[in-house]
Amino acid sequence: MSALAAEHDLRTRFIAGLRGDAGAYRQFLDDLAGYLRGWLRRRLPRAHADVEDILQETLLAIHNARHTYREDQPLTAWVHAIVRYKLMDYFRAHARREALHDPLADDGHQVFVDAETEPADARRDVGRLLEALPDRHRLPIVFVKLQGLSVAEAARRCGISESAVKVGVHRGLKALAASIREAS
Amino acid sequence: MKTDDLISLLATETPAVDRRVPSRRFAAAVLVGLGAALLLMVAGLGLRPDLGQAIRLPMFWLRLAYPVAIAATAFLVVLRLARPGAHVGVRWVALGAAPLGALAAMACVLAGAPEGTRIAMWLGHTWKVCPVLIAVLSAPTFAAMLWAVRGMAPVRPRLAGAATGLFAGAVATTAYCLHCPEMAPPFWAFWYLVGMLLPTALGALAGPRWLRW
Repeated sequence: MSALAAEHDLRTRFIAGLRGDAGAYRQFLDDLAGYLRGWLRRRLPRAHADVEDILQETLLAIHNARHTYREDQPLTAWVHAIVRYKLMDYFRAHARREALHDPLADDGHQVFVDAETEPADARRDVGRLLEALPDRHRLPIVFVKLQGLSVAEAARRCGISESAVKVGVHRGLKALAASIREAS
Repeated sequence: MKTDDLISLLATETPAVDRRVPSRRFAAAVLVGLGAALLLMVAGLGLRPDLGQAIRLPMFWLRLAYPVAIAATAFLVVLRLARPGAHVGVRWVALGAAPLGALAAMACVLAGAPEGTRIAMWLGHTWKVCPVLIAVLSAPTFAAMLWAVRGMAPVRPRLAGAATGLFAGAVATTAYCLHCPEMAPPFWAFWYLVGMLLPTALGALAGPRWLRW
């Protein structure tokens, strides 16, 4: 698929996801993960476990930042800026030799070129980081996102309001991103 | 956790995104910041006693337009820097226009002033306190605006921090104009800018830490 067609498909699904279409959003994240994995592996060819870590962190970052996308903007430019930011973070934390290969060489902000759908094992366990979060951040995510309870049911079990559950999920995913940052 | 499981987690029960949240946050930050700067100025420094006469002078409005122009252009730059992949482009030029214009006016006025009066005109009576007071008045806007930018996704945190600081400084200077007795362009073109650059420098230094996400 050409980068242009990929941009069109991803963007259509992403925007549907922003409007609440969960199926389209899931498809978007699946396809995006493939492209991001390809993009990251081309830059870190010998570190597939690290690639999977950065990929997971980037997916979470994209999810948490999805309200910052403007529809008049190419999706690839927005995604490129975020994955590049996360990759630079990784380089700063690891000060790796790969940095000398200039993995951030300008590629015209094209991320949607080659997809790699075969995942590698991640080095870091996001699930364990999630378990270490305080209850107010962890429980809404566990109930709503992992056990698939309705927001109303999760609210009843936590003993808080439905809107507090929604805020809790949102804040919890931000806290998860912060603990990933601190872990690396 | 495998990447597929993470994707399932993210995609499960994900409500529609309210696209108006960013503009509401920025609007709140501007209103709170400007309101707090005005309150602090009135309570701590006081309006200038001859404000009623001063507002009839074109120079008063020209001087007020200086920080207002910088605040408006810095705000547009902050909005761009808060979103991944958005280009600032020509907004940099717009941001530079007011300071460069004011500094050029300063040079012209100083060149036309009689020898021996230039230093006095440049320093005015309040050069020692003016930048510090502006920096102090910028604190509420700075904090409120950082909160709004932290709710976004700045991928160039140092620049975003600097632009946030400059915006806060310009809002503070706008409030300070209602107190400040100095009317000579060589004074305000220079010392107001120094005042605005203090929070700018702080933002550039602290941006990577405060705006990390």
